[in-house]
Amino acid sequence: MSLSKQHELHTRRYGRNVGVGLLLAGVIAIIFGLTVVKVTNEDFTTPSAQTVSQ
Amino acid sequence: MTDASIYSQSNAHPNEASFGDYFALLKPRVMTLVVFTAFVGLLAAPNGIHPFIGFCAILFIAIGGGASGALNMWWDADIDAVMKRTQKRPIPAGQVTGDEAFAIGMALSAFSVVFLGLATNWFAAGLLAFTIFFYVVVYTMWLKRWTPQNIVIGGAAGAFPPMIGWAVATGGVSVESVLMFCLTFMWTPPHFWALALFMRKDYDNADVPMLTVTHGRRSTRIHILVYTILLAVLAIAAGFTSIGGPIYLTAAIILNILFLHGAFQIWRRDEDMAEADNFLVERKFFKLSLLYLFAHFGAILVEATLSKLGWGIWA
Repeated sequence: MSLSKQHELHTRRYGRNVGVGLLLAGVIAIIFGLTVVKVTNEDFTTPSAQTVSQ
Repeated sequence: MTDASIYSQSNAHPNEASFGDYFALLKPRVMTLVVFTAFVGLLAAPNGIHPFIGFCAILFIAIGGGASGALNMWWDADIDAVMKRTQKRPIPAGQVTGDEAFAIGMALSAFSVVFLGLATNWFAAGLLAFTIFFYVVVYTMWLKRWTPQNIVIGGAAGAFPPMIGWAVATGGVSVESVLMFCLTFMWTPPHFWALALFMRKDYDNADVPMLTVTHGRRSTRIHILVYTILLAVLAIAAGFTSIGGPIYLTAAIILNILFLHGAFQIWRRDEDMAEADNFLVERKFFKLSLLYLFAHFGAILVEATLSKLGWGIWA
């Protein structure tokens, strides 16, 4: 027996799956946002080309 | 038959956890106190940070607080099942297993500490890690079942969030952040002892050595009054420091008069009087204690905001 489109498991765990999905999307948004804020911060310095080549 | 069908049959019981059950592990009501006091600590600090980093910092502090709540529920599942107040929590209700709560608590603890460190500074992250350790290991595993001073010392765990908020902005500790810590620390005993007075059977049944169980109810009433007097002195004195000001001082004086009045009434009563009105005074005092803390931190927030806008009178 395989999972049908409307398997009972889907309906039973719908709320839980949506919750986990939103949570993951939130984590991605936060990490992305933090990266943007940190990189655009005045204190942020990129490694110089010389350092990279060494 | 696929693995999925076996799984669905073996787990198809009415007690399957919903997303809300997992969220309930994080003690959302306690989290509101953590969020609010950490937010005040962050805004009261002299130097500002980027609003998005500030938002993330409060979120990670809240997640850390929630994680310690989940670990508390994992360890205290046996007590929670006995106490009426906690019987509906996800583990005693059979919605979530202890192992799941432990895994969620540990994962969120690590996540919150690491991300707070990456987003802000490692001092604040270390303070958050210590707070989780203190609440779970020192309070939950050690003090709670061992000494009637459990909530006096354990109350420190709930008092750390404003210090963490302050550390997020400043990277350190100062007199002001210690004062905010002391305010919550001194508030916790009268708040919980009032609860213990009117939820009297709960702690007896669970065999938790609350003051009401070990030293009696008369002694608890005396303790509430003594701690409330000490708290009032501290709360009003804080009004003369840099976190205070005329608005804070006015709020503190009014609230502490009300709180002292409540504590005095509790002290005057005996068990017959309390039974007669179903612990009305104790219940009112407990409700007032919630307003008391929120209003004090709210007043600190107002003073900090006015000061940053250049309208601070005492700063």
